[in-house]
Amino acid sequence: MTMSRSEQAAAALRQHLEEVWYNPRGWRAFSVVNHSVLGLRSLLTGTCFFIVGGLLAMLMRTQLALPEQELVDAQRYNQAFTMHGTVMMFLFALPALSGLAMYLIPKMIGARDLLFPRLSAFGYYCYLFGGLILLSTLLWGNAPAAGWFMYTPLSDARYSPDAGADFWLIGITFVEISAISTAVELVVSILRSRAPGMTLRDMPIFCWYILAMALMILFGFPPLILGSLLLELERAAGFVFFAVEGGGDPLLWQHLFWLFGHPEVYILFLPAAGIVSTLIPVFAQRPLIGYSWIVFSIILIGFISFGLWVHHMFTVGIPHLAQAFFSIASMLIAIPTGIQLFAWLATLWAGKVVWRLPMLWIFGFLVIFVCGGLTGVMLALVPFDWQVHDTHFVVAHMHYVLVGGMLFPLIAGLYFWLPHLSGRMPSPLLSRWAFWLTFGGFNLTFLLMHLTGLLGMPRRIYTYPADVGWDELNLLSSIGGFVMALGIAMLIVDIALHFRFGRPAGRNPWNAATLEWAQSMPPPAYNHVSLPVITTRHPLWNHPGLAEEMSEACHGLNDRSGIRETYGTNAVTAEAQERMHLPSNSWLPLGTAFVIALTCCALLASLYWVALLTAVGALLLLLRWSWINGAHPDYSPAALDATAYPPVHWRTRSGPGLWGTATALLADGALYLSLIFGWLYLWTVAPQWSAPRSSPLSLAPLLISGVFLGAASLWYWRGVQGLRQGRGEHWAQRCLLTAGLGLLHVLALLYTAAQAELQPTFSSHDSVLFVLIAYLVLHSGLAVIATLLQARRAQLNYVNARQPYEPEVVLLLWKYALASFWTALAAFVLLPLAWSVP
Amino acid sequence: MCVLLLTGCEGPYSTLHAAGPAARTTALLWWCMALFATSVLIGVIVVWSLALKREAMDERSARRVARRLIIGGGILLPSLSILVLLAFGIPLGHSMLPIFASEREVLHIEVTARQWQWDVYYPAQNLRLSNELHIPSGEPVLIHLRARDVVHAFWVPRLAGKLDAIPGHTTTLKLEADEPGLYHGQCAEFCGLQHARMYFTVEAHEVADFAAWLQAQERP
Repeated sequence: MTMSRSEQAAAALRQHLEEVWYNPRGWRAFSVVNHSVLGLRSLLTGTCFFIVGGLLAMLMRTQLALPEQELVDAQRYNQAFTMHGTVMMFLFALPALSGLAMYLIPKMIGARDLLFPRLSAFGYYCYLFGGLILLSTLLWGNAPAAGWFMYTPLSDARYSPDAGADFWLIGITFVEISAISTAVELVVSILRSRAPGMTLRDMPIFCWYILAMALMILFGFPPLILGSLLLELERAAGFVFFAVEGGGDPLLWQHLFWLFGHPEVYILFLPAAGIVSTLIPVFAQRPLIGYSWIVFSIILIGFISFGLWVHHMFTVGIPHLAQAFFSIASMLIAIPTGIQLFAWLATLWAGKVVWRLPMLWIFGFLVIFVCGGLTGVMLALVPFDWQVHDTHFVVAHMHYVLVGGMLFPLIAGLYFWLPHLSGRMPSPLLSRWAFWLTFGGFNLTFLLMHLTGLLGMPRRIYTYPADVGWDELNLLSSIGGFVMALGIAMLIVDIALHFRFGRPAGRNPWNAATLEWAQSMPPPAYNHVSLPVITTRHPLWNHPGLAEEMSEACHGLNDRSGIRETYGTNAVTAEAQERMHLPSNSWLPLGTAFVIALTCCALLASLYWVALLTAVGALLLLLRWSWINGAHPDYSPAALDATAYPPVHWRTRSGPGLWGTATALLADGALYLSLIFGWLYLWTVAPQWSAPRSSPLSLAPLLISGVFLGAASLWYWRGVQGLRQGRGEHWAQRCLLTAGLGLLHVLALLYTAAQAELQPTFSSHDSVLFVLIAYLVLHSGLAVIATLLQARRAQLNYVNARQPYEPEVVLLLWKYALASFWTALAAFVLLPLAWSVP
Repeated sequence: MCVLLLTGCEGPYSTLHAAGPAARTTALLWWCMALFATSVLIGVIVVWSLALKREAMDERSARRVARRLIIGGGILLPSLSILVLLAFGIPLGHSMLPIFASEREVLHIEVTARQWQWDVYYPAQNLRLSNELHIPSGEPVLIHLRARDVVHAFWVPRLAGKLDAIPGHTTTLKLEADEPGLYHGQCAEFCGLQHARMYFTVEAHEVADFAAWLQAQERP
């Protein structure tokens, strides 16, 4: 059968895209940067960690089945529950959900990949290596044992002398790099690479949930990153932040931890709710009712969840007015949650439901999550919390909201998108058995646990006395645990086997509306052959034949450009603005993550010179990476062509790197604000706080340093303004002068610090100032190095008035350095000065 | 039925087998909240199950139903429930605070928690005990909590809620037992290896007996 001209063209385009987007196999697969591969890897790795966490839980439940048992001794048991919580929260829950998001988002928004493919790969390897570092403690026998929230002073050097806590602090911070990188990736991709015409109002609801999740990660993780850094400095170097003697406060750790911990649970809930919001319209065979209500609820949850954290600290003795505030806020979040629930109900009510396997898991989610939400409102009532805090009642509540609100929707989503991935359906019999065993086992384990907690059984005890009323309840809970484990095992077997034995599914077996179902199954590496203009929220329902049109190359980006690219669109109007040139496979993400892992291992082995060396190595790798990611005639020949429309992003002033840097700086700023919070907190609350009458940082050299920084920033900014108007002459010299001024600023800052003779091991006041100076030096130093690199690139003519993009990114670094320096002056030097004036 | 339920709720550490005013109040709050929550849960499951069986509606009816469900169920139901909960909960919580409406003589006990035991000190009587407290029944006492090493929490479930003992801070708990008897307490904040075995007891005596007991302790 001969093909028509257009069919030949489409086939040629597909062939071309296969070559450009090629994912190598075998050992070269470690250099792959494609979002589908990395998303699936995250899901798979997350499942492996889930199994580890589950086995730890089974150990705990076996021990607790009978009173006065010591199958494992107290130390091992304490390690088990610490690792269970840590593995589940950090190594399973978020990576699995973000893996799913990474897999789905570009497909749903009509893009070819996420906007920072190498960053995705780097994030995955950081997660993998960090997780392995943490898990290795199970092998060495020194797993952390202070609970997954690592309260001080129990987790400090005196009360947890072995290295387990250090493995936690360093390993988990390493994993958090992955969370932050994924968040940056998702925010920028959702905002700037949607298909042309897909306005925010036409975006699939799942994308709103993921956008909110990613923004919450950017603000929610830094407090923990800062806290972990401070605790590690306290443990390893004797700094004072949380120890009372010297002016620290154990409560500061609790605040920093829960500032992360509470948003974290909503970070886990939102993507799961996104899955529910996506599946329900498909199975009710009608559009989602209350789309705008749901978007409003998502935004509300995003904000309110940052104002609840103290409800984890109701028994700590803080003032009662504050407790009342957090109690009310904790209850109010039931409203946006309820709005979503009833919007789902309305959609089901108004539609005609087809009952399929994913709906079974959604039903399980409904029962378990609503129950968990109701006990949550109970816990928000302070006098009730005073009785059940730190008992098995909270353990029950927590598992109801996490398993019900996160795991069940995740499984529903896995079953829903499984035919998309494999082209096959799972086994009806095995999957139903898996559901009922999991659902039944879960409820047996955890429903009774509410009563166990009310009967007075605290959490985190390795055994309990006989005949105080807890015996039968614990035995039943343990039996339930085994039933649930059996159900989960069946689930895993079902999914594993269906790749071989599942019935073929056909394209879009559920008749869903979103773009990912327009692809052939399994999906090609480049997602869509051509990218359409979107005019509706349900493209596959309202535009029949769209899938065929796209694969026949009838839509956008259907030329053979030879580079990996996708559309860059305006964040609000969704007009196509740029062709975003995306980097291809590389060994740099793996290499850089590996060198950072070596740094972590060296720190844990107390080999500090080795750690310094590898850290410098990592920095050099990062700089090399940024060098070759930039505009370069070999890597980006299209940038030189002035006629292409939309222009390749090197020729514009607003590409992925600019947005990515700005987004990352949000997280950086959140870290900085947490430091300022810590400073103000210790100053006002720490029991033995002492501050000298005048700051050890003398004002004069600080002001001089600030003037140099201001001069550098101003000079650079004027240059960028000139570039915007097409004047790029002497750009290299401008960069060199900027860098020189910046260097003088850094030197003045270091001089001030040296003059101050800070004694961080004696007082928290000096410890905080030390961290502050290090922070400022790091940021200014980064700006200086980036500017020096710019100077070289300008000499090589990679940067000029026709390719004005990179200087915009470096300008952001100067602005941030400037803002953080003057804020530091105000908060850390001038404020204490003003306060102490009699 | 209630008797059956209540006997299943007995136990030396049971918050539902209350023996003090604070615990009694909280147990009552629990039963009310549990009843309401169970009704809401059953209601939601029933409505969801009904929704699964319905035929498709036209767009206008769908919007009408949606508005009712979203505003009625998603906004009004939680808001009203929260208002009622707080209207009762806040004053009840306030009544448990270690503050008194008027000046009165109150027994002060200082408890210092450390790994893994409780050091009890009666400042007015210069009396030291270990892992046990003695209090008069029918009267509130003030417990001042400190911690020597890590964070612990003082909890006598049958009498009152718990309060953390944090190094560097002193927290105060109001404790009262209705009747004389022996009440059991335990540490309720994970504090290391033997956290599971950090028990203590609170023995409440009739007021007269308590005075006698104190006297007996003061004799060398």
